[in-house]
Amino acid sequence: MELRKDYFADVRKDGLNEIGQPRPRLDSPGHVTGQTAYFADRNFPGLLHLKMVRSPHHHARIRSIDTSEAEKHPGVVRVLTAKDVPHNVYTILILIQIGPEDETVLADGKVRWKGEAVVAVLAETERAAQEAAARVKVDYEVLPAVFDMDEALKPGAPIVNEYHGRNYYLYDSGECRKVRFGDVETGFGEADHILEQSYQSSPIEHAPTETTGCVVAPEGNDRFTCYTNTQAMFFTLDNTSIILQMPGSKLHFVGGTVGGGFGGKVDVIVEPIAILAAKLTGRPVSFIYSREEEMQISSPRAAEKVVIKDGVMKDGRIVARKVTGYTDAGAYSRHSPYGAQKGAAHYPGPYTIPNVWIDTYCVYTNRTPSSAMRGFGVTIGDFALEVQMDKLARLIGMDPLEFRFINAYRDGDMKAHRQPTEGAALIECMQEAARAANWPVAEKYMTMSSYRKGA
Amino acid sequence: MAKVPVQFTLNGSEKAEFIESGTTLLHALRDKIGDTSPKGGCHQGTCGACSVIIDGELKLCCLTLAETCNGADIRTTAGLAQGGVLHPLQRAFLDAFATQCGFCTPGMIMAAKVLLDRTPNPSREDVVEALSGNICRCTGYEPIIQAVLLAARANSQNAA
Repeated sequence: MELRKDYFADVRKDGLNEIGQPRPRLDSPGHVTGQTAYFADRNFPGLLHLKMVRSPHHHARIRSIDTSEAEKHPGVVRVLTAKDVPHNVYTILILIQIGPEDETVLADGKVRWKGEAVVAVLAETERAAQEAAARVKVDYEVLPAVFDMDEALKPGAPIVNEYHGRNYYLYDSGECRKVRFGDVETGFGEADHILEQSYQSSPIEHAPTETTGCVVAPEGNDRFTCYTNTQAMFFTLDNTSIILQMPGSKLHFVGGTVGGGFGGKVDVIVEPIAILAAKLTGRPVSFIYSREEEMQISSPRAAEKVVIKDGVMKDGRIVARKVTGYTDAGAYSRHSPYGAQKGAAHYPGPYTIPNVWIDTYCVYTNRTPSSAMRGFGVTIGDFALEVQMDKLARLIGMDPLEFRFINAYRDGDMKAHRQPTEGAALIECMQEAARAANWPVAEKYMTMSSYRKGA
Repeated sequence: MAKVPVQFTLNGSEKAEFIESGTTLLHALRDKIGDTSPKGGCHQGTCGACSVIIDGELKLCCLTLAETCNGADIRTTAGLAQGGVLHPLQRAFLDAFATQCGFCTPGMIMAAKVLLDRTPNPSREDVVEALSGNICRCTGYEPIIQAVLLAARANSQNAA
């Protein structure tokens, strides 16, 4: 494939001669010899194993917790509950002022999803920790739960998360993120055709081969070294500092090679409780998700619902696009308010449309909290948008690629969220794709440019 | 818990340990002996990251009790390079860009080694079949298959 240096000529003056040249990966020699050190390859004498007691209910009030049998179990060193956590209610994005704090490190009075952490058990062996965890008695009063975003947004739905008080995230713009550009109703009025479609996706688990976890070693001077496979080192360090009410200078985080992340290791979940356990026992602690926990407990990509209404002309121009996006955060925010907001900026896709209306909602349900995964906030939206583009092309009897050339954004075009388009290169990419796929496209599209004359 | 003695050869070296009865070979190798090249991805025999070679057979060491390995000859990826020179499979995994996160790599190399030991000139289908018990979640299967075929070609050229 040819690099279109004509298009990028004004951006990069240098030779760009690395592309197409194979270069050895720096980490491969460690991988092929088995010498790469992953967090779980660290072992310490006297290592304790942490196992979590988790909620079997989607939504329940905790009447009482009895840990006495677990504490008596042979090999058990310590049992932790909410009262042991200095700052138990947190939210990851509080570091960039996106609150409120809405999630507990260990459940306090309530559980809001099936699998929520309630009690942490520390023992000399994994087996003892597992057996003792099964002896913790939690008395639950099961509450009505809501699993569907449409149901959650109806009046009278059970409130999932009292820290929000409503089943959606309240942005400074109100109940959703909003983009308004032109006059979408006038656009629909002028359109030759209207097409409204709804697209839905399920949660998707990253399923890395290396499960989420960390190994913590006390340094004997009130400092703790945490070997972790987090993808968000400083987010984790700073949130741990808040949760444990400890200065960051007491925390030494060691990352390194992550055995597959894909966005699934950006939440702050295992490190704070493992460091707290190391602090309270004075012993090294390992907290590693089982495969079952990785699949059932770690945050998946959010389920999404995207409703797209388009007004299109017979000549191929899209004149109005209205998108309503719903992101299922599950029971807690984690990164989902950000994901839903990213969607608002991303719609209406890489197309120049004069009249646009976008609403994106971040909705709470009693499902597993969702969070980051490869392009979260835009990936499902792109699927919906491009399927919609094919449907629109079919509706007006136009080639789907030519239809995209007509609507492609070009340098200088104002995007719906008021950012001028620069370095679009969409037309050039589609031209190259048409050549590579041997897809016949009319000559006028093959000579188009992302540069508009006079722009 | 009763401790039992276990004695085997790991990559040509004699090893002897007292372990708790019921300990898996994966835990014995990683936590007792210090060979962390077998990885624990699932601990239930589904991902292949812990693959090792026991008496010439490919085995999942998360499902193998250490106490059943008395007298065995155990080989892991950590022992594959000889005198600092990479094994042809290791070389091929480097040259063919067959690693991403690297977590599945030691298990993949063990599975490939058993294949090439028995079938020096495998077909692509042979390679796919031999690696079918090993999951690469970075989904880099194609370069891994190409690396095994590359190693087979390198071996046959050296033999010629």
